[in-house]
Amino acid sequence: MELNRSYVVELKNIQKKYPGIKALKGIDLKLPGGKITGLIGPNGSGKSTMLKIIAGLTQATGGDLKVFDKKLDYKLKNEIAFLPEINHFYDWMKIEEVINFTNNQFSNFDTDKAEEITDFMNLKPEMKIKDLSKGMVGRVKLILAMSRNVPLIIMDEPLAGIDPKSRAQILESLISEYNAETQSIILSTHEVLEAEKFFDYVVFLENGEIKLQGNADDLRKEREKSIQDMSREVFV
Amino acid sequence: MKLKYDASKPIYEQIIDKIKKMIVRGELKPGDKLPSQRKMAKKVEVNPNTIQRAYREMENLDLVETKRGLGTFIINDEKIVKEISEEMANRTVDKFISEMKSLSFNEKDILQVVKKNLEKI
Repeated sequence: MELNRSYVVELKNIQKKYPGIKALKGIDLKLPGGKITGLIGPNGSGKSTMLKIIAGLTQATGGDLKVFDKKLDYKLKNEIAFLPEINHFYDWMKIEEVINFTNNQFSNFDTDKAEEITDFMNLKPEMKIKDLSKGMVGRVKLILAMSRNVPLIIMDEPLAGIDPKSRAQILESLISEYNAETQSIILSTHEVLEAEKFFDYVVFLENGEIKLQGNADDLRKEREKSIQDMSREVFV
Repeated sequence: MKLKYDASKPIYEQIIDKIKKMIVRGELKPGDKLPSQRKMAKKVEVNPNTIQRAYREMENLDLVETKRGLGTFIINDEKIVKEISEEMANRTVDKFISEMKSLSFNEKDILQVVKKNLEKI
């Protein structure tokens, strides 16, 4: 799938209501293609919900969603890799088994790439999930997401609860595997300080609403502040 | 080239400044080839799109030229070295002067302080 269209994801007045809660209150967003977008916001701001809607893992209760200029269907869902916040592995599996398991699930999975990144991340294929630290599990999740040959990768808090060394490794491998000509990445994070230099575009979300969005360098120039400092200002 | 960057300023501009500095110091010479955008992105550890923007901007500033299929080169003209060093010197001095003025130093005081400190070196 080519990426030369201007927007990978278009949200029009997207809403999500749970009983008693409005998780998303009408989100309008057009995300440029071939970019890394950082989704920033406090806990409960609706980041996870928004990412799951884009990935087709949950339905919006209102509004209009387009991915690659089309309505999201099961075929299109296969073109999106989703890295979940939770540990979703069977803990008796070895890393190589998780890789094989994922390879059987998705036609666009690249096993060679997965092995390469495993090595780069200082992990061994024969390690068992139950013996891994939280940071290592975080690295395995990244291996699986980055090894899919897909135009859109969505990552829900890939850095949350992970030690600084693993965080650095995850970001380093993300940027070295990322192909700007064919891929777009959307990732949510609390770790703005470490991640901000990798963002092209940033979206600040709070209480189910977008507070600010734009090209990261343009925002820095305009406000003479880091994205980290902007988030302190935006979220009062 | 590792980039120690300041997150409160556009990163692409800091990359341009770094390259300008390398030209002024003679670490990069007119006509030299710059690393490919991909390589540079890995070296500096930033997003490849940021490097692309830096290269594009330098092309607009007539600092570099991209030759199809060959890569990006520093403009092959010795004149640019002098131009860039003057520009960077002016920028540094401007900043210094405005800082000194905010401390209520007048022209004579500023010159005196500069002279005194230069003698110390």
